[in-house]
Amino acid sequence: MLTTREELDDRLPGAARAWLDEALAEAAHATDRPDTGTGTPDRPDTGNPPSGTGTGNPPWETRFASAGRHCGTEHADAVRALLLIEARPAAPDLARLYAQGTAAERRAVLLTLHRLDLGSAALTLVEDALRTNDTRLVAAAVGPYAAAHLDAHGWRHAILKCLFTEVPVEAVAALADRARGDAELARMLHDFAAERTAAGRPVPADLRTVLALTATPAAAPTEES
Amino acid sequence: MRIFDPHIHMTSRTTDDYQAMYDSGVRALVEPAFWLGQPRTSPASFYDYFDALLGWEPFRASQYGIAHHCTLALNPKEANDPRCTPVLDALPRYLVKDSVVAVGEIGYDSMTPAEDTALAAQLQLAADHGLPALVHTPHRDKLAGLRRTIDAVRESALAPERVLLDHLNETTVRDALDSGCWAGFSIYPDTKMDEDRMVTVLRNHGTDRVLVNSAADWGRSDPLKTRKVADAMLKAGFDEDEVDKVLWRNPVAFYGQSGRLQLDIAAPDPLHEGNSILRGGE
Ligand SMILES: [Zn+2]
Repeated sequence: MLTTREELDDRLPGAARAWLDEALAEAAHATDRPDTGTGTPDRPDTGNPPSGTGTGNPPWETRFASAGRHCGTEHADAVRALLLIEARPAAPDLARLYAQGTAAERRAVLLTLHRLDLGSAALTLVEDALRTNDTRLVAAAVGPYAAAHLDAHGWRHAILKCLFTEVPVEAVAALADRARGDAELARMLHDFAAERTAAGRPVPADLRTVLALTATPAAAPTEES
Repeated sequence: MRIFDPHIHMTSRTTDDYQAMYDSGVRALVEPAFWLGQPRTSPASFYDYFDALLGWEPFRASQYGIAHHCTLALNPKEANDPRCTPVLDALPRYLVKDSVVAVGEIGYDSMTPAEDTALAAQLQLAADHGLPALVHTPHRDKLAGLRRTIDAVRESALAPERVLLDHLNETTVRDALDSGCWAGFSIYPDTKMDEDRMVTVLRNHGTDRVLVNSAADWGRSDPLKTRKVADAMLKAGFDEDEVDKVLWRNPVAFYGQSGRLQLDIAAPDPLHEGNSILRGGE
């Protein structure tokens, strides 16, 4: 659950609130003009962002990068999410922002995907995060966007990835809905449990949690034995 | 005892090292971007390296309770390779990142015109981004290299108190401190500088603006040298406050000039406590 602007205003000191106001104004401006590309007849592309950050990227993106030191690392996810929602980058710009981001910035992108009306265009970012072993990214990748867009195979492997890297399955959005009646997921979990047992290692409690969810019949009652 | 290693290349070290460093008191470190031993042939391999210093490596460090910050730059050696110099143009978008606390390592390797250009350009980048600079002094022709480095700093827009001159020894410490810069000493298992000589330097030159690091990397080096210096200082009669000043407060003061040091190592929250490293990946 992302923090709202009102909640943030209560938590941020005055200087950080003022910084956020300016940052959001810059992000809002990002929507009236192309972030990249060749410009329009009205707004020829100067090749440089207005405030001359020297990064070659729009100024709000520098705000996005520096949110941790201006608002505190504990608020950085929330601040970055607000900036993204305000700037509404198109999928290619978002992919660039993710690719050029630190782990903290990538996490913020992942946490906000479901708020950005991207269709399935940002699925590659989720897939990228699920290939990492950084549990902060894995946990952020299995949110509502993954629940809505990952195909069955990708989603099942995401669940296994959580179990392997000990990301609590509470992080997985719509877990019960998607796991319900998933016989293939149940098979994978049984196999994983058998492998753990054969190695004399404990079976993670979360595995049993998900397994129990798969045992719940899917929507209409199926012909159960 | 709390220790801040202001110069160590953790990308080249193991998780055993992280554990041993934590057990020795290391709670924070700065990892400068440097030469990887194998020359790079394209800017893209620098970017992957920088991304690792802003992503995977801080994650690894956090698993062992150590705060990880980095310094980014085109290193002096590869500044001589025209295939690598486009990195200078990409640095601005990296220098805005939250965990970048200086531009570095920059400086001289063989004192070539290409190194002059890269050093001047990157001192300017540091000034433009409100960052201090970590400046390596050359291993060969050291005193002449130090003097040329100090000249480059004087000609730059960066104030000397925002510059850390590193890899100093008995022959270069006086000029370095007189320049107004901070003085860094890399303690190695043999040759360049050892802990007992370091104690003598501290006796002769005091503890102001002096930093000690292990500079541990892929070569023969020891990531626990910071602690060994602390122990040698105590044995030689320095008190705990002086040890804390050299091994913690001085690096905090120097890199703190960036306004970006985050030293409150948060207890891992429930979402972040996986140990994907400890298990060796998948
Ligand atoms: Zn180094």
